[in-house]
Amino acid sequence: MDVAIVGIGIHPFGRTPARTGLQQGAYAARLALQDAGVEWRDMQFAFGGSASAGSADALVNELGLTGIPFINVANGCATGGSSLISAYNAIKSGQYDVGMVAGFDKHDRGAFNADPKELGIGQWYGEVGMMMTTQFFAMKIQKYMHDHAISHDTLAKVSEKAFINGSKNPNAWRTKPISVHEIINSTMVNNPLTKFMFCSPAEGGVALILCRADQAKRYTDVPIYLKGATMKSRRFGSFEVFAPSQALQQVDGPTVDASKAAFEMADVGPKDMDIMQLQDTEVGAEIMHMAENGFCEDGEQESLIQQGATHIRGSMPINTDGGCLANGEPIGASGLRQVYENVLQLRGQAGGHQVPDNPKLAYTHVYGAPGISAVTILQR
Amino acid sequence: MSNQIPIAEGLFSWPAAKPALLASRCKRCGIAAFPVASSCMACSWQDVEIEELPTRGTLWTWTVQQFMPKSPYKSDETQETFIPYGVGYLELPGGVRVEGRLTENDPQKLQIGMEMEVVFEPYRIESNGDEVISFFFRPV
Ligand SMILES: [Zn+2]
Repeated sequence: MDVAIVGIGIHPFGRTPARTGLQQGAYAARLALQDAGVEWRDMQFAFGGSASAGSADALVNELGLTGIPFINVANGCATGGSSLISAYNAIKSGQYDVGMVAGFDKHDRGAFNADPKELGIGQWYGEVGMMMTTQFFAMKIQKYMHDHAISHDTLAKVSEKAFINGSKNPNAWRTKPISVHEIINSTMVNNPLTKFMFCSPAEGGVALILCRADQAKRYTDVPIYLKGATMKSRRFGSFEVFAPSQALQQVDGPTVDASKAAFEMADVGPKDMDIMQLQDTEVGAEIMHMAENGFCEDGEQESLIQQGATHIRGSMPINTDGGCLANGEPIGASGLRQVYENVLQLRGQAGGHQVPDNPKLAYTHVYGAPGISAVTILQR
Repeated sequence: MSNQIPIAEGLFSWPAAKPALLASRCKRCGIAAFPVASSCMACSWQDVEIEELPTRGTLWTWTVQQFMPKSPYKSDETQETFIPYGVGYLELPGGVRVEGRLTENDPQKLQIGMEMEVVFEPYRIESNGDEVISFFFRPV
């Protein structure tokens, strides 16, 4: 039994002072229901998550009290992916026919404020100023640039592309293109990364309706099939965020593991993908994730990005909706935004940011603390 | 003369004539970890022994923190007096790569592969006058 996505809804990302995170989640949920031509009372189950905007299952207060089993998922940046895996298994097992996955969030401005104790790290680590995700990303790309000859100009080109794509996406937060010159010369945050090379915490909501594939045509003419959905945590020896020390012998990170497992599950390979949404909390992440997910060799990004391969009309379109860089990162909704964008693309409904030539296979990837990754593969 | 206290107990030998960072090493697989842990992250074994890490190594990667972090950051600084600081991983031969603050914050003077040593210096003064000692990596 395959699993299909038959309804999608999104609340615009960015800042919406008039709505709580929960209300943004409910807004997205109603659009998803409408898209599938169903009502909330038709939903047999729901999985959802939010990191800082309250309990996802409080959505029942907004949408109606139907007795639905609504399970909260809390897995950091992989919350959306983990919800999707749960929904996939709930349908695949035969327990349910149709249900919802939802994610929303609303974060304060500025860098995320992590608490060392929550991750089992001593308070001293935060006191001396190392409890910063931005430092990890900077140190990882610093090492990668040194080992694989990636230039500063290429870093900036990733942001430039994100803002161009954002300008074509009505639901994006950052919709104004910014030049490479301005990106490189914006305030330095963590060398080598400048202000316009990072995404910011933001707000937004996404919901999806999933059902048994054999019933999908009841809801939509263009079902999109969830062919792969995987989530992995780090193995010993991988270089991860919030690590007071790391092993001398390095092994592949959770992204590589989740990616391989997803390709195996879907029985396809990196070359088959027509569109990719890769975690781009900053530009270095997008560059390194291209290789970690198997889309190129280490170092090839320099020429690929300089040639424009990752643009919407390039040979390997990446983050076609502007990614985290142009949408910001509401943690509970961010991974599902990627899936929303891929469904839109595979349906051919992405408008100004539509990838040409009827894409058939699409890929999403998230990465987050303390070393987790989730991947999905969708097929038209 | 102010009282000197370590930023955390068990992080490094203190007081000591020649202080060093402390690691735990697994008696089954031989993997070292910093800070000391009661079990091995590589193989889950609970029989570990504590050892002093080498005090010299090479810089594996680095960055400079250009803005003042929010809490739990705790120094003597204010937004006005904040000085950007370097952070990096120092590869200690035979041990682990340890993350720490660098005494150098000039990107022009930092290079992957450069030799550095572990030093123990005052980090902040507590309200009771105690001097809090932490570890730093200094170019040699
Ligand atoms: Zn062990």
